[in-house]
Amino acid sequence: MAEQEQKRPVRDESEREEPVDVAAAQSASRGSDRLKDELDDLLDEIDEVLESNAEEFVKSYVQKGGE
Amino acid sequence: MPVPKTLGIETEYGIVHRGVDDPNPISASSLLINAYLSRRSEPGVGPGSPRVGWDFVDETPHNDVRGFSHIGSMAPEVETHLVNAVLTNGARYYVDHAHPELSTPECADAMAVLRHDRAAELIMIESMSAANEVLPDGEELVVYKNNSDGKGNSYGCHENYLMDRATPFADIVQHATTHFVTRQVFTGAGKVGSEAPWMPGGSVAFQLTQRADFFEEEVGLETTLKRPIINTRDEPHADPLLYRRLHVIVGDANLCEVATLLKLGTTAIVLAMVEEGFMDPALQISDPVRALQAVSFDTSLSQPLLLADGRTATAVDIQWQLLEQAQKFTLQLGTELTGGPVADLVLLRWEEALTSLEADPSELVGVVDWVTKKHLIDGLAERHGLGPGDARLAALDLQYHDLRPERSLFARVGAETLVDTPDAVIAMDQPPDDTRAYFRGRCLQKWPEDIVAANWDSMVFDLGRQVLRRVPMMEPTRGTREHVGTLLDECETVSELLHRLST
Repeated sequence: MAEQEQKRPVRDESEREEPVDVAAAQSASRGSDRLKDELDDLLDEIDEVLESNAEEFVKSYVQKGGE
Repeated sequence: MPVPKTLGIETEYGIVHRGVDDPNPISASSLLINAYLSRRSEPGVGPGSPRVGWDFVDETPHNDVRGFSHIGSMAPEVETHLVNAVLTNGARYYVDHAHPELSTPECADAMAVLRHDRAAELIMIESMSAANEVLPDGEELVVYKNNSDGKGNSYGCHENYLMDRATPFADIVQHATTHFVTRQVFTGAGKVGSEAPWMPGGSVAFQLTQRADFFEEEVGLETTLKRPIINTRDEPHADPLLYRRLHVIVGDANLCEVATLLKLGTTAIVLAMVEEGFMDPALQISDPVRALQAVSFDTSLSQPLLLADGRTATAVDIQWQLLEQAQKFTLQLGTELTGGPVADLVLLRWEEALTSLEADPSELVGVVDWVTKKHLIDGLAERHGLGPGDARLAALDLQYHDLRPERSLFARVGAETLVDTPDAVIAMDQPPDDTRAYFRGRCLQKWPEDIVAANWDSMVFDLGRQVLRRVPMMEPTRGTREHVGTLLDECETVSELLHRLST
């Protein structure tokens, strides 16, 4: 049915095919580099503050069921 | 017809009493809350924070919107003997099911709820500090803002939305379910593994949500067992002829502020569209409970869901469809009932979130919790060569939600903030201006000694001479600063207030 086709919850493919913007792509790549650098710093911090006995910590984290 | 989307959230927090052999979570929760209340009622701290108890006279959580109760269906019990306080910001802070729980005051838009949710986190932090002052050396209370212990025990973060009583409940069930199943792509707080009894161990390394494992029914009154996607509790805390309160138990507690804004803001708009009859009847998921879990288990976001008419679509596709409808709805009917300018912001951030989920979910680190947590989990696993069952990954998952500032892993991410901390600090004591919570909070600030009890829809004042006066507040949008601000400023005594209210 034509009407159903129109309501198909999939967006029009033409919307997605935008010309590739080289500057934007480069900036996105720089963004992912930055994310990786930040992650390295973050993981250093996590290594420092993460519960030292992870197994015991995870085992002892028991809650009563709630709503 | 849509009614103003007055809304709020109630969060049950995880609690750990460290340094004791046989911890009791109920006494730990009581200690946590009492320590906070004692500290805040000291002279010079906070604006006269009272120790006013909750009034249970109007609590009826067993009422079922369908007008019947299933045999064997368990309504939540109201625990009247445990600590249960009303704060000067209009919130309720209490012990529920062995957890500390805080219900935000009623708010007029999602940003105000977010501000009060941030205030609730600050209240938890101050509660820990106050409790740890009185505990012996070597003992400590720690609060976690999550929804599961990883061992099959879950506790909730519930949302409440004011709705038009005239809207057929079946319409809410059909359309809200579609949103609840698919909004998980941005509301999920992320979880290592699965606790669903029917999932073989190790089959799910990481999933989008904390809660999806615990849902077994489409519709029902339960909240602690056989949880339903749509909860039928019929307890409007407002004029029952005009309103219902949709009690939503299917969401996760979020730490990312944008995720909280989106969870509340998108749902408010979707529910207004249901009231207006604006929803596309073809957009119905054929097996919602299975779909809820399928969406949660699929970090690639590519799982097709079967719709009732035989077509398929992914959760993100369905969210695009809901967003497009919401944009049209807002163009035609405005945002007056769904949060004004906040609704415009919600539409913008909704579109940005879906765009990123499609293009590159890692753009949502610090914006969406499951993406943020997965980023850390994947990073730690790669750095140390950890396999999926490694306890350090499960520890990272739990510690992401640790609310101690010095221990919280979330706090280290540098997530995007929408609420300035000074505003959240103010919201620890001050009610929102634009709902009846304003009246409740201001009265509690001004006349704490003269208030016997309070609840969502009334307050009981003691006029002396053994006369108690109950003031009903059945209209959530009345009692605002605009309505009663000057009156409250001018009245010096409760007698004067009640006299002027009745004339």
